[in-house]
Amino acid sequence: MNDALDVALRLLVVFVVFLTFPLIVGQTEHKVMAHMQGRLGPMYAGGFHGWAQLIADGVKFAQKEDVVPAGADRRIFQLAPAVALLPYLLVLLAIPIGPGEGAVGQVLDAGVFFVLAVMGVGVLGSLMAGWASANKFSLLGGLRTAAQLLAYELPMLLTAASVAMAAGTVSLVGILDAFEWWWLPWQITGALVFFVAGLAELQRPPFDMPVADSEIIFGAYTEYTGLRFALFLLAEYAGIVVLCGLTTVLFLGGWHGPWGADGLGWVWTLLKTAVLAFVVIWLRVTYPRLREDQLQKLSWTLLVPLSLAQIALTGIVKVVIR
Amino acid sequence: MTLAAVATAAHATTTTAAGTHGFLSPTGVEIAFLLVGLVTLGAAVITVTTRQLVHAALWLVVALGGLAVEYLLLTAEFIAWVQVLIYVGSVVVLLLFGLMLTRAPIGRSPDADSGNRWVALAVSVAAAAALVWVVVDAFRTTWIDLDGAPAGSTEVTGASLFQHWVLPFEALSVLLLAALVGAIVLSRKAKADAAATPTTGTRRDTEGAR
Repeated sequence: MNDALDVALRLLVVFVVFLTFPLIVGQTEHKVMAHMQGRLGPMYAGGFHGWAQLIADGVKFAQKEDVVPAGADRRIFQLAPAVALLPYLLVLLAIPIGPGEGAVGQVLDAGVFFVLAVMGVGVLGSLMAGWASANKFSLLGGLRTAAQLLAYELPMLLTAASVAMAAGTVSLVGILDAFEWWWLPWQITGALVFFVAGLAELQRPPFDMPVADSEIIFGAYTEYTGLRFALFLLAEYAGIVVLCGLTTVLFLGGWHGPWGADGLGWVWTLLKTAVLAFVVIWLRVTYPRLREDQLQKLSWTLLVPLSLAQIALTGIVKVVIR
Repeated sequence: MTLAAVATAAHATTTTAAGTHGFLSPTGVEIAFLLVGLVTLGAAVITVTTRQLVHAALWLVVALGGLAVEYLLLTAEFIAWVQVLIYVGSVVVLLLFGLMLTRAPIGRSPDADSGNRWVALAVSVAAAAALVWVVVDAFRTTWIDLDGAPAGSTEVTGASLFQHWVLPFEALSVLLLAALVGAIVLSRKAKADAAATPTTGTRRDTEGAR
């Protein structure tokens, strides 16, 4: 009974985090982008600085008509948003937020592989959406999504493997237990590569080629309306939360901090995740979109060699300090 | 890969508890294993029989995912996630990419049928029969103890892979490397040909091949 209650409570907490954190990131994006561009952003919904803007957006989306194009493959078209969104919920289960086994949804033996594998599945949702819409722009968006995933999955995996080598375990909890502060300079190349590749996998600017609005309208999501479209947007922001959380756990030491590691570890995790999320928004405002060939070139000629060099460095240091 | 994984998992346990197990009183895990296996088989059959190309690729996702669940039920967690990562995350995405790049009509493709279907059926049935026979014969009396220490955890898998199976592992690595180099050579050669004879037909061919 107690075990069942414990599991239910964990699932509930993860679910609440899954529903609220992406919205917080979205609202922050509204406000941060606005202020960086000399605007105020949403100011009316909810009264205080437009805090309820995304709730209002959600209500608007829910009221819209759910249109499925006549030529579309109905079932796959309708299934795609769920396939895009649910993997991120599963990934959140495995991210440890504090020390000990009490602060993670589910302790997994091969946590690193689990999160990367399941995040890759989320991209299938975009592919399904792009194909099933029966729209040229959508198909092009789907193609670009697939090309981008294939290019950026590899550096992500290699840099994650570098951390796993350093810690001697592929469990996320185990990696955090083994973390030392000097891993930060040691794995800094890997951290940058992981973060950049993760941004590309989420199709965030400057890697938002698959949804480039000036070329292919909105890529794979062009034909979507109402709630299903909102689910795709939610998947993008859930992806930001997951990517920032993962980068925090793998490279920035998660709950480790200069002080207060015992009771306040979760504050450190949240703080680092929030700073990274801010950087994601910042990059969106700062950089123009890369061209498709530049995108591929960046991955294959820069990120992959860098991550291989990081693995070599990790191996050498690991042998030397043994 | 799959056979080696099963062999690894089974080899690592080396349980000799046969005899205490029967087929008539299945445990919950065994029932789940059987049900997931049926779903996987069904998805695999639909994959090769459906007339809709992209649906076939998506049913393949179900089949491969079902296989990952089977690994999980056998406590081979590492193998399960690698299965999802490599097959669902990369191979199927590559397949879909190829389909979308060439032809992926919505609805049925009448030309997506082969005159070799009966030969293909015979070959696949023969291959399946051989595999089932060999696996059953090899692991008839081997049972995996699901309640004890996980027999397929990352640590156990790694140790067994790099102690007992290190030679096949290295041989496979060399094979993959050879395939990689071969692919690069082929693509470079095609590009050189296209540059030598810049006709539109050749160029389109090479771009399709790429």
